[in-house]
Amino acid sequence: MTERLAPFAPMLAAQTLSMLRHLLRSPFYSIFSLVLPLIFWVFFGLPRAHHTIGGVDAGAYLLASFGAYAVANVMLFSFGIGIANERGRREDVLMRATPLRPGVDLLARLLAAMAFGLAAVIVLSLFAWVTGGVRLEAGRWLVLVVRLLVGALPLLALGLAIGYLVSVNAVPAVVNLVGLPMFLASGLVVPLAELPDFIQRIAPYLPTYRYAQLAWDAVGAHADPPAADLLWLVGYTVVFMAIVLRAYRVEESRKFR
Amino acid sequence: MTPVVALDHVTKRYGRVVALHDLSISVDAGEAVALLGPNGAGKTTAISLMLGLRRPSSGTVRLFGRPPTDLHARTRCGVMLQEAGVPELQTVREIVELFATYYPHRLPTRSVLRMAGLEEQAGTRQDRLSGGQLQRLFFALAMIGDPEVLFLDEPTVGMDVEGRRAFIATIRERLRAGTTVMLTTHYLEEADQLADRVVVIDHGVLVADGSPAEIKSRVAGKRVTLRFARGVDPALFAHSPVTGLHVEGPVATMLSARPADVLRHVLAARQDVVDVDVGGADLEDAFVHLTARPRADD
Repeated sequence: MTERLAPFAPMLAAQTLSMLRHLLRSPFYSIFSLVLPLIFWVFFGLPRAHHTIGGVDAGAYLLASFGAYAVANVMLFSFGIGIANERGRREDVLMRATPLRPGVDLLARLLAAMAFGLAAVIVLSLFAWVTGGVRLEAGRWLVLVVRLLVGALPLLALGLAIGYLVSVNAVPAVVNLVGLPMFLASGLVVPLAELPDFIQRIAPYLPTYRYAQLAWDAVGAHADPPAADLLWLVGYTVVFMAIVLRAYRVEESRKFR
Repeated sequence: MTPVVALDHVTKRYGRVVALHDLSISVDAGEAVALLGPNGAGKTTAISLMLGLRRPSSGTVRLFGRPPTDLHARTRCGVMLQEAGVPELQTVREIVELFATYYPHRLPTRSVLRMAGLEEQAGTRQDRLSGGQLQRLFFALAMIGDPEVLFLDEPTVGMDVEGRRAFIATIRERLRAGTTVMLTTHYLEEADQLADRVVVIDHGVLVADGSPAEIKSRVAGKRVTLRFARGVDPALFAHSPVTGLHVEGPVATMLSARPADVLRHVLAARQDVVDVDVGGADLEDAFVHLTARPRADD
């Protein structure tokens, strides 16, 4: 008995497209990740045009900040709300009864979130260019994009942890309660230097601050050496993934044992 | 020949609750089996074990001779589950096409939508479907991989009478085409129409396994229906040889191996008997008799 299985690539492609459709059709994602950074730009970016922050043009600095906000948000929402939804609506039960290969679902979610995050950064960059004349050198911009996408791994892990721990009804509130203060306190919306002292002291311990440091460094602003930030980010990823693993095991024994 | 599904001395506990006790069922290719039982009998647990969604506490489960979690085995199955969800914010066609990529042999989307009676809803988003339409979407998803066996867990829940009739006709067509069917239901009519074999479980224990005719013949008695002019107190039958007593207003139905004794007693006690009907037991009666308690709902 050696029937073949369905080929992997079309399965992954279809799953990714399905996730992307979901992201595009739910206003939650589009407003928070695509539109809000543009609003930030209008209210916080434009007034600071031709200033300098962190030793670079304020436009470039804020492009990095808001880009980090956008991608971090996509990860937190897509994995936090997405996974909680999948569990709450029992999509996972039906998927498990099909020959969908394990891991395809998560991989597709990752690819879709990356694509959506990339789109958000492109839209923001174009908007900043058109309205504020912000132009990054192509190489710098590419480094920024790669760091924003790869550096978001701990936020993906944090999203997953929330997705596995929180019920479908509570998850939008929890994601925002965790995300918004963290984004604000890391200087992703209003530059850190303009925030209260105590927040400036807390910020270096936040994953989103370390993540944003990578982005600020990419556009040439003063930041810690990227190696230090990477170490922090890896540490956060490990901690969050440990929580994910635990929550996943609990879920497994409750639902599938 | 390897059985399609084989449960071998399977026991399943949830904590201290025993959901299935030492259950052995083997289903061969081409069989249409109805797993029957009152709510909480363990039907859904049995299906979950067959599909590898849950693990047995002891005993073994095989699907096409393989562990039920094996993707090769799952490739040959179509599944309709209770309380399962499909991806949000997508149309019927998008979801069907997505699931099609999970299977090596897929049926054309159009023919599956026609089979499920969803051609007009192809462009409708899943969240705008009625309960019955959603059930038919699950059926379409079960069929898209051209399955050798269909697992249907309470498939007609949420369907109206017309929808249920159409659905049963569709399943019968699949049966003629040689598809093996494993169905759970508490609609005995459905089991009678679809199954050539009925497995009755109650409290996780197998109580009967045979053809619908055999199950019916297990009930030696007759079905007695009495209509009174006024309401009737169940206590009236307390000392009569009846089982499965059901009283609703002025009508009492029951099973009895000695209907004449029952009638003698009732006619002596009540002067207002309007109508009497004594007939052979059907599958539903057999079910009530076998599980010794009335059907939980419907």
